[in-house]
Amino acid sequence: MRFYGDGIPGVHPEELTGRLIVMEGADGSGRSTQMDILRDALENKGHATVNVGLRRSTLVSDELKEAKQGNVLGEITRSLFYATDFADQLENRIIPALKAGFIVLADRYIYTLMARDIARGADRGWVRSLYGIALVPDLVVYVKVSPAQLIERNLRKNATLDYWESGMDLGLSRDSFDSFISYQRLIQKEFALMQAEYGFSTVNGNLTVRSVAKEISLRVVDILGV
Amino acid sequence: MIVSQDRGRYPGRLIAVEGLDGSGKSTQLYLLKRWLEMKGLKVFFTEWNSSLLIKKATSKGKKRQLLTPTTFSLIHCTDFADRYERQILPLLKAGYLVLCDRYIYTAFARDAVRGCSPDWLHNLYGFACHPDITLFFNTSLQIALGRILGGRPQLKYHEAGMDLGLSSDPYESFRIFQGKIYEEYLAMKDRFRFIEIDGADPIEAQQQKVRELIAAEIDLAHYRSRTIV
Repeated sequence: MRFYGDGIPGVHPEELTGRLIVMEGADGSGRSTQMDILRDALENKGHATVNVGLRRSTLVSDELKEAKQGNVLGEITRSLFYATDFADQLENRIIPALKAGFIVLADRYIYTLMARDIARGADRGWVRSLYGIALVPDLVVYVKVSPAQLIERNLRKNATLDYWESGMDLGLSRDSFDSFISYQRLIQKEFALMQAEYGFSTVNGNLTVRSVAKEISLRVVDILGV
Repeated sequence: MIVSQDRGRYPGRLIAVEGLDGSGKSTQLYLLKRWLEMKGLKVFFTEWNSSLLIKKATSKGKKRQLLTPTTFSLIHCTDFADRYERQILPLLKAGYLVLCDRYIYTAFARDAVRGCSPDWLHNLYGFACHPDITLFFNTSLQIALGRILGGRPQLKYHEAGMDLGLSSDPYESFRIFQGKIYEEYLAMKDRFRFIEIDGADPIEAQQQKVRELIAAEIDLAHYRSRTIV
């Protein structure tokens, strides 16, 4: 394996014999459902897996949850808080599992964090260097769903749109529906820009759960040979 | 995001002190602050690793020894960013004299010793402007160590650099760690235009020099508080 940038001091990527599969996509894209299906399929074939996601670090996850409730963090501070959360999981969960030969399934990775930061005005070069600590995954599946479809699924599930997933803090619109559409378009635009550089495997998430799963499974077999 | 090295746009002035533990920098900054305050100037003081918001996470990480060089660096940068975004920058805009006990150079020195890439570190702190004046309290390693270790204090794990595995003896580890940080400071001092103060001089003599320097560099009358108390 290799790092995007300078990497992590003391970690030798050639010692990492496991695989890293990332699933990206907005809330309501079916990302988590697809993650579960993929894990079942891999374990069924005898592969050991480890799940990671955002805001799950021992170090700062509680503080991040707290900060999400109120609007107390500045933009740079929030970016760095998320980066700390990511780095903690990278070093304490992802890398040890990869050393032990596991398949690590990441429910979102640096791309969501980068897109969110950039949508909020962060400098692209700054963000890219910040996440130079990240390992290059073996496969990044990007489950892409149209904003209109996302709204429908989110409303069916929660009957309300999440403040942050609607990007309400950006002041795009005071109406959460309008803000959600504009914000998700912004994020999708960032993903489209990142696509060339990071080589996402984009899957049409507007299709049924079963056909999306089939598509993902094909790509996993194709790239990993597992 | 404000990625700006261009300090000229803000009416305030930023003064930072750097140096080893035991170099006397905090004492000198305190005396400077008192002098400025008593002149009736708008002064704000902030120190390294003091954001209330981040403190809980930092102390948890340190206590449980959860921190690696990368997360150590990131969490200190988060702390700095919080103080920068909510205090340092707004106060500079409001025309304050902002005094910082340790600034980004502390991270450049410590984190580089811990193995972080210097390029990555410099980019990480790229959102912060450089101070108008950076005072570097240059004390020989021996003097600084003597001041700290003289009382055989209880050294904290990270303070002693125990996470680097330099030595199993905290005092020996602290000596080696501080020596490496000192080298990093010396390597940085010209590039970032540190003004050196001899930390071996008597306290009064150092303070005299600091006050003269500040008065020569900054039109202090301009920073008088206009609020009637």
